[in-house]
Amino acid sequence: MMGINSSAKQVLAEIVSNKKVGAYHHMVFAVGDLANSAKPGNFVAISVGGESSQLVLRRAFAIYRTFDRGQSVGLLEIVVAPHGAGSTWLANQQPGAKIDLIAPLGTAFGIPTEPVRALLVGGGYGSAPLFGLSEVLKNRGCRVDMVLGASTAMKIFAPLDGKRSVSSLTITTEDGSTGKTGKVTDAMREIIEANEIDIIYSCGPMGMLEAINDIAEEFNLMHQCSIEESMACGIGVCMTCVLPIKGEDEVIRMLRSCIDGPVVAGENVIWKANRTIPEGTWGA
Amino acid sequence: MFNYQTTLGQAEFENPIFTASGCAGSGKELSQFFELSQLGAVVTKSIMLKARSGRATPRMAETPSGMLNSIGLQGPGIDLFLENDVPWLRDQGATIVVSIAGESVEDYAVLARKIRAVPGISALEVNISCPNVENRGQVFACHPETARAAIQAVRRNIGGELPIIAKLTPDVTSIVEIAQEVVAAGADSLALINTVLGMVIDTNTMRPKLAGKTGGLSGPAIRPIAVRAIYQVHAAMPHVKILGMGGVASGQDAFELILAGASAVSIGTATFGNPMAAMKVKEELRNELVEHGFHSLREAVGYAHRSEGNL
Repeated sequence: MMGINSSAKQVLAEIVSNKKVGAYHHMVFAVGDLANSAKPGNFVAISVGGESSQLVLRRAFAIYRTFDRGQSVGLLEIVVAPHGAGSTWLANQQPGAKIDLIAPLGTAFGIPTEPVRALLVGGGYGSAPLFGLSEVLKNRGCRVDMVLGASTAMKIFAPLDGKRSVSSLTITTEDGSTGKTGKVTDAMREIIEANEIDIIYSCGPMGMLEAINDIAEEFNLMHQCSIEESMACGIGVCMTCVLPIKGEDEVIRMLRSCIDGPVVAGENVIWKANRTIPEGTWGA
Repeated sequence: MFNYQTTLGQAEFENPIFTASGCAGSGKELSQFFELSQLGAVVTKSIMLKARSGRATPRMAETPSGMLNSIGLQGPGIDLFLENDVPWLRDQGATIVVSIAGESVEDYAVLARKIRAVPGISALEVNISCPNVENRGQVFACHPETARAAIQAVRRNIGGELPIIAKLTPDVTSIVEIAQEVVAAGADSLALINTVLGMVIDTNTMRPKLAGKTGGLSGPAIRPIAVRAIYQVHAAMPHVKILGMGGVASGQDAFELILAGASAVSIGTATFGNPMAAMKVKEELRNELVEHGFHSLREAVGYAHRSEGNL
């Protein structure tokens, strides 16, 4: 079992900007020097609702990217999909407001030491952490192809400067409002074969990650995915966000997605458990 | 000079702010945010005899001013806990209260025997708000006989002076009756209250939201229940020390529990929203007490019970 991200700090961060992008809000926070320690895949846990809020739990967001502009002006950016009371409150906050956040939390995407050909697959605003990842991979000499999918065009998050960081970008929507009609998994096989992909990185809803993992297994590719399970604390104390994951010793344990994840090796996740405790799990 | 010290049974604590069992793990994660030795005590997550995977997910649902959980006591089991977590906490200089939970009376006896010789533990919290596999899964703390049996098993096996804190559920007809039973059985003090059983139904799937269907409600939503339970028990047994908990997120909240009769206060769900919650409450409660003219925490314990003539 792993420990909490040793760089994690709690800060009161000012909102620098908040812009609507399609169905989402792109929010930028002034976080100081903790921007230095965030890696692609890490997440931030944000207190929502203000002082008299009836919302007692933090909300977790994948870090879209960070900018280190010296000790005092480090920036941390996220993409918010307003769907519940907490995310809607956050999306309505204006520049200048101070927000209580803890970052960076959780594991990061593993970066290969050799230049490889990587396929990054994102669902909806799950694309956010993939752009920072693609920059790191490009700087290591990797080829980066990207597939982004959503139900409809408004829910594709693909900013211009993000597009520039990838060698190719394929977009799929279920309603055909932009890109190819269908799901990300419909577009993946062709890219894997044409570009001789070595590794897949993914972030999105659990059902999509499982389907991506099936393809990774089919082609015998490494697959690093950013998982999610409903989370109360984000810092490893509440034990609600667990998932059955196989360790190096082949033992399945209920591991915390906030500490041992969110980024895990897809081959180790017991996808078929589908939110049950698989037989043979440690302590079952 | 304000005196913030408190006692539970024979155990003495530098200040009255503890973590609540199950809301701080074994303290490792929180130690990244503050020094655990600053707490009155770390109350560790209730530990069972064997390793436990806990329940299926979803295990959590947020509710108005609270949350439901059905973790199912996931943990490594007593042997690994004593090997890894207790020595680590000792190294941090933390004051340690170990919380135990069993599925049978015999479990409680064995857990007590394993803990009796371990140095550096200040008190033992006996969580009897869990299902008894020998009695149709009925919760120990819901019946006077089973509550008494579990506490007796611990008392007979713990030996020495280690104080026993019995943790009770408010989901009973008379919490005073259960409290009197466990004190008669050898509990030195009481932890009031555990979570309140609840349910959330997801209106999209039209099924219970938690995999375990029901869950324990915690957070500010249950604070009035905690205040009531502490007040009732303190009125019936003013000499028995109470570790109060239930939705405390500020110094004012903690003060309310102290006035009702708590000698110490645990911070639970508030830690999920703010890892520094216990430190915040510690400072705020002290200010609250000083502002109200108290010279010590002890003077304020149960102050809401004073007779009408007193101001």
